[in-house]
Amino acid sequence: MLGKTAGGLFWMSRYLERSKNIARLVDAGFRIALTRAQSSEKDWESILATTGTAEAYHERYDNLDSGKVIDFMLRDTANPFSVISVMKNARQNARLSRTALTRDVWEAVNEAWLLIRKRLDKPIAETDLPAVLGLIKRQTMQVQGAFHATMLRNDIYDFARLGTFVERADNTARILDVKYYVLLPSAASVGSPLDNMQWENVLRSVSAEQAYRWLHQDEITSSGIAHFLILDSCLPQSLIFCVKEIDGILWRINDHYGADLPSSQLNKELLACLDGKSISEIFEGGLHEFIIDFLARNNALAAQIETDYRFWA
Amino acid sequence: MEFFDEMYAGEGDPRAAYSSYHDWFSSQKPKALKQKMREAEAVFRRTGITFNVYGQKDAEERLIPFDIVPRIIAADEWAKVSRGIEQRVKALNAFLHDIYHRQEIVRAGRLPAALIENNEAFLQQMIGVTPPGGVYTHIVGTDLVRTDKDEFYVLEDNARTPSGVSYMLENRETMLQMFPELFAANKVQRVSNYPHSLRRSLSKCAPNLCEDKPVLAVLTPGIHNSAYFEHAFLAEQMGAELVEGHDLKIKDGRVCMRTTQGYKKIDVIYRRIDDDYLDPLNFDPNSMLGVPGIFDIYRAGGITIANAPGAGIADDKAIYSYMPDIIEFYTGEPALLKNVETWRCSEPQSLKYVLDNLKYLVVKEVHGSGGYGMLIGPAANKKELSDFEAKLKADPSNYIAQPTLALSTTPVFTKSGLSPRHVDLRPFVLVAPDHIEITPGGLTRVAMEKGSLVVNSSQGGGTKDTWVLEA
Repeated sequence: MLGKTAGGLFWMSRYLERSKNIARLVDAGFRIALTRAQSSEKDWESILATTGTAEAYHERYDNLDSGKVIDFMLRDTANPFSVISVMKNARQNARLSRTALTRDVWEAVNEAWLLIRKRLDKPIAETDLPAVLGLIKRQTMQVQGAFHATMLRNDIYDFARLGTFVERADNTARILDVKYYVLLPSAASVGSPLDNMQWENVLRSVSAEQAYRWLHQDEITSSGIAHFLILDSCLPQSLIFCVKEIDGILWRINDHYGADLPSSQLNKELLACLDGKSISEIFEGGLHEFIIDFLARNNALAAQIETDYRFWA
Repeated sequence: MEFFDEMYAGEGDPRAAYSSYHDWFSSQKPKALKQKMREAEAVFRRTGITFNVYGQKDAEERLIPFDIVPRIIAADEWAKVSRGIEQRVKALNAFLHDIYHRQEIVRAGRLPAALIENNEAFLQQMIGVTPPGGVYTHIVGTDLVRTDKDEFYVLEDNARTPSGVSYMLENRETMLQMFPELFAANKVQRVSNYPHSLRRSLSKCAPNLCEDKPVLAVLTPGIHNSAYFEHAFLAEQMGAELVEGHDLKIKDGRVCMRTTQGYKKIDVIYRRIDDDYLDPLNFDPNSMLGVPGIFDIYRAGGITIANAPGAGIADDKAIYSYMPDIIEFYTGEPALLKNVETWRCSEPQSLKYVLDNLKYLVVKEVHGSGGYGMLIGPAANKKELSDFEAKLKADPSNYIAQPTLALSTTPVFTKSGLSPRHVDLRPFVLVAPDHIEITPGGLTRVAMEKGSLVVNSSQGGGTKDTWVLEA
């Protein structure tokens, strides 16, 4: 397979995953804005921080306003982290790796782009927002569905999946990075309605609120949430789940290629930070420091994958 | 002017090839057909069969209009046409070999030496080089127009990188999806073998240094090229890699592509970039699209480039006017397909005639393509005529002129039912060392505007599925 094609697949998946994650973040922010209009500014601020676009937003707008943030995060073509920009990149990368995709996958990506672009063509009324976010989630999942159903299980499949998990781990870690203070035991006045809402919001940002309830019923605690998002290998959004998946994928690729490459080693080190750890150990070392370290390692891993498999000349 | 209608001999009187279709059409409800038309458009959009129009910012990607009425060619008509095409393509390859070697045709006084020596499309670097398998034009698109029951003219021999074959294939695929019953009632010759035939035919032209099963790649200028969809489509269908210049590098005397496991050598390149951009070391030094040094590997027999560098001179419009002589010279037979009468404006007498009769003629640039920079006299207004006159006088040798042909029509489906529109036909021809294969039919391009003679997609033309019936 061409290095360029592997790169196209990797980035196609990253962008698809990213657009789904942006839609989730907007959803979480919007729910808070609906319920607590007076303090929603802070939540929007942290959501912008999660995507690393707070500065760009403030350069553009004077105040934090739900409508403006939503527009900025979904429709603004000048914002490289808006859904419209990210979807455009996803399709561009799918075109770049068109020869490696089944017709079903390509058509699903193309259709997702066409439908989402059309829906985001005009400003979105608040009443339409749930429908728009639903469309984004459904369309990106449809691509993933076509992908699982029709692609050969070979290195093409593997490079695309690498992108998905690198991006997903990045996204979960970013949310934890911005929200870590909510989860610190010191800040917890246990069981207060405010905390509950904040915590639930963290879970909702990664679509894990339902899963959490299944496992822990109504015992919502900060350490429980932190453990769930970082160390629970049943949760597909958790850091450890993503890192383990990457480990398996890299093993398969290298086995197939008969190679042992630095990226595999980097991921093993990343796994060692998580595997067998308890959440209290992580809190002891500092949750924030832990997350910062994870993000840096995950970025380094992504860069090493691009080098190891010659995505670029 | 009277135009030959391919479907109807008279009002409600279909020609034999169309009679079954006519019956079917008459039994259809217009409303349902309109619905099918919208469905077809949705299929094309979803498939992403779009093209980029240069110089139009808002229309980033556009669909080529597709008409749901097939163009139907009878088996015997096609047999005649394909014999003519085969003869012509053979002559083209013999001609290319000759002008890059001994130039017998010039020695024999059948072609002026200046026409070759001063031709931009003549590639000095190809003198004395014989491509692998002796094939120059692996893929040819011979543009045809019909003017009467038995009269087909060759409009152009596209010997560089003829495009449009993906539309031929997707048009058929769409028709099969939308109107499967039509294919039960009509025995239509298949076109879907094309990618397989292309692969086989290119593989047969593998270079001397190829040791194993030939590795094929399609070389594209990139994702922003107007025909990128087609490049990706063909690569995918052939099971070839789709590469850009920066994916390739010369290593140990071979052309290699950068894979996830290092550099792997390739044997045959189906390139969709022009000669000039192929190799910055040997041709245009500013090219970012090509591969430095690839032409040296080519000369050493390390790679096959399809079509061969320098093949473009065969579809030069000034050479075109000599095609009847060229065919006779190399095949010993008179040309089976007609050439359109052509005035070379470089010749003073012709220029005078062209200037005197400008409003009746079609004038084209010698190296132009895609319908750009041409004048259709009968459709032009006074200002356009006088502007073009000035251009002609300033650089006469850049132009040729031809009479306006009475292009045949076939009906398209419109809001108010069937309505005739002018069409042309681009059959696709594959050339292997021992074999020429012509896909039955080809791409029918149709002028979507009533009365218009311009069928180019870049000028708003559409396409149709083209059927050649079984004998």
